[in-house]
This record gives sequence, structure tokens and C-alpha cells, in this order.
Amino acid sequence: MQANLFDKAVALRAENRPVVRIVEMLSGADWLLTPDGIEGAGALPPEIAAAAREAQAHDRSHDLDHGDQRYFLHVYNPPRRLIIVGAVHITQPLVQIGAAAGYAITVIDPRGAFATRERFPGVDLNEDWPDEAMEALKPDNRTAVVTLTHDPKLDDPALEVALRSDAFYIGCLGSRKTHASRVERLTAAGLTAEEIGKIHAPIGLHLGGRAPAEIAIAIMAQITQVLHLGSGQEVKAKAAA
Amino acid sequence: MAEHDLTPSGLTNAEADAILAQARDWRAAGKGVAIATVVSTWGSAPRGVGSQLALTDDGAFVGSVSGGCVEGAVVTEGQEVIADGKPRLLDFGISDDQAWEVGLACGGKLEIFIERVEA
Repeated sequence: MQANLFDKAVALRAENRPVVRIVEMLSGADWLLTPDGIEGAGALPPEIAAAAREAQAHDRSHDLDHGDQRYFLHVYNPPRRLIIVGAVHITQPLVQIGAAAGYAITVIDPRGAFATRERFPGVDLNEDWPDEAMEALKPDNRTAVVTLTHDPKLDDPALEVALRSDAFYIGCLGSRKTHASRVERLTAAGLTAEEIGKIHAPIGLHLGGRAPAEIAIAIMAQITQVLHLGSGQEVKAKAAA
Repeated sequence: MAEHDLTPSGLTNAEADAILAQARDWRAAGKGVAIATVVSTWGSAPRGVGSQLALTDDGAFVGSVSGGCVEGAVVTEGQEVIADGKPRLLDFGISDDQAWEVGLACGGKLEIFIERVEA
């Protein structure tokens, strides 16, 4: 393990940035896939670099044979993030369930009376306006975004940013009727049908529960499903029902 | 286990960082350091792919690569890796007897890669 690559990997981890360490196990030759590209001594076969990117995207470390070489691709990713707009009653159980599922959680709510320490002990609370907060948080392909205020003043600005990001999941609380008017507003705001189509609404898998904790479970179940199976599964489930 | 764990590597981010940080600190203190990593598993191996253990030339270690049954062998082998700088890929089959010792219902197999952290 080259000293400079080891130091770099430790430094990237400390900054919560993703890194994949690539090692050829017979020779011990190693490389890093960092946000800036591949680093290391010697040429890395392009197939291995591609496999490392794939491993990173799927969050899965694995070994890989390539000719008479044997590689190990070690994925170090920061925790996935869950950004929740609205410090409402459903948010309280959702924060707990999301944390149990390994997510780093941020709750955005500029209404001081909602996002209080007493209601959300130990949670990262952001009291900026949702669009500014969302711009600063930069949702990426390991981020899920959930809007729960069903107040257009708060949800829509956050959505306009999130829908143009790589967030792997975006879900919005509200009935079909609420969602229909949301679609109209977002269309008027200039978002494309494809962007708006990324929204999961009404939010959550259809589990039938109505209590805040039950809705939180339905939301987290849907996030988990989309993460592992993609959004297409939902359509299939509906078609089968 | 790895499949359902919270992190890609079968250990939490906090665990992974603690092992790397300890390796860095040992190296800064002038010790020879090697890192062992679980690179493949079969059956009910106790720790997932990506689990790590860092060790020194004087036999200290942090982290784990099994439920405790192969750590001794890994640390011994790791000290040779630190001495000669050659990486090693080790195969461990867990016999039913040993599996009983570590609390597994059936035997598992795992492959562990050990490499020196260059000074």
C-alpha cells in the first residue's frame, strides 16, 4: 500500500468524500479512484477502472479476476443522506427510522417553532429557506429528498432544486389532488415533465397505515425499494395489484 | 451479513475510519503496519467483504476479520508481511468444529488479503 495513497485515502475519508481503493493482490500494486480521477503508479486497465466506478455506484466492495491478475475493489462511501423538508409530526419517527437504516439526516424548516432541539434531539437542523438550504446541501446520487410540509411556499422551492439534482429518490407528502396542483405549479416554474416525473407521490409504499410512525415506515420502505430495485419496481407493483 | 449491512464494506463508517486512523497513528509512531481485508466470503462467514484489521510488527491489532477464530493466524502472518513487504492472500475454511466455537450454524469460508502500509 503506497504511503501517499494511504494518506490520501485517510484524508478523503476525514472529509466524508467517496474513495475506492483498488489493489492487485498478487503484486500489491494499488490505485485510488477519487472524485478527481484515478491516482497511482503504473497503468490501471480501463476495465478495472470502470468496475471500480460501478462498485462505487452500487456501494459494493468485491474481488475481480482479470487475466492472471486478481483485484480487490474496496469502496469507502460516506453515509447516504436523507434530507427532509418540514419538521412536522411524521418527521420525528422518520428521523429515527432513517438513522437506523444508516442515513445521515438533515431536517430543513425555517419555521423556528417546528425545528427545535426539544423535538429533534441530536438531528442536524437547518433553518434556512428550503431552496437556499437545498442548494447548499447539493443532493447527489446517494441522497434521498422528502418534502413533508405540503405547504407550497416551503416544499416547492426545495423541489425546484432537488428535481434538477441527481438525488436517487424524491418523495412528496400530499394527496393525489395536492400532487396534481403541485405538478401544475412546478410546470409553470419551468420544470420539465421528466424532472417532475421523478417525484414519488403520494409518498411511500401503500401499507395502509395512517399514524405518523406508519407513514414514516412506508416512506423509508419506498426509499429502500428505489435504492435497491430502482423506481420501475413501483410501477410493476401497481400493475400487479 | 454484508448484503444487509448499513455500509458497503460490512462495517460501519465509524469502524472503518477508526481502523484507518489507528494504522495512520501507528505508522506515524514509527511502527511497521499491515492491513488485512476480507476480500471474499462463502457461506456464513462472520464478517462481510471489506471488513478490516490493522496490525503492528509488535503484535497489536484493531478491527476484526472473523468472529475471532482466524485473527491469531492473520496477526502472525501479518507480521511476516511487515517484515518482507510481500502481500499475502490467505484462504480460511471454517470447519464445523471451529464454526461451533465462533457461534456459526454452518461452516463458512473466507479469503483475507494482507498488505504492508509503506512508511
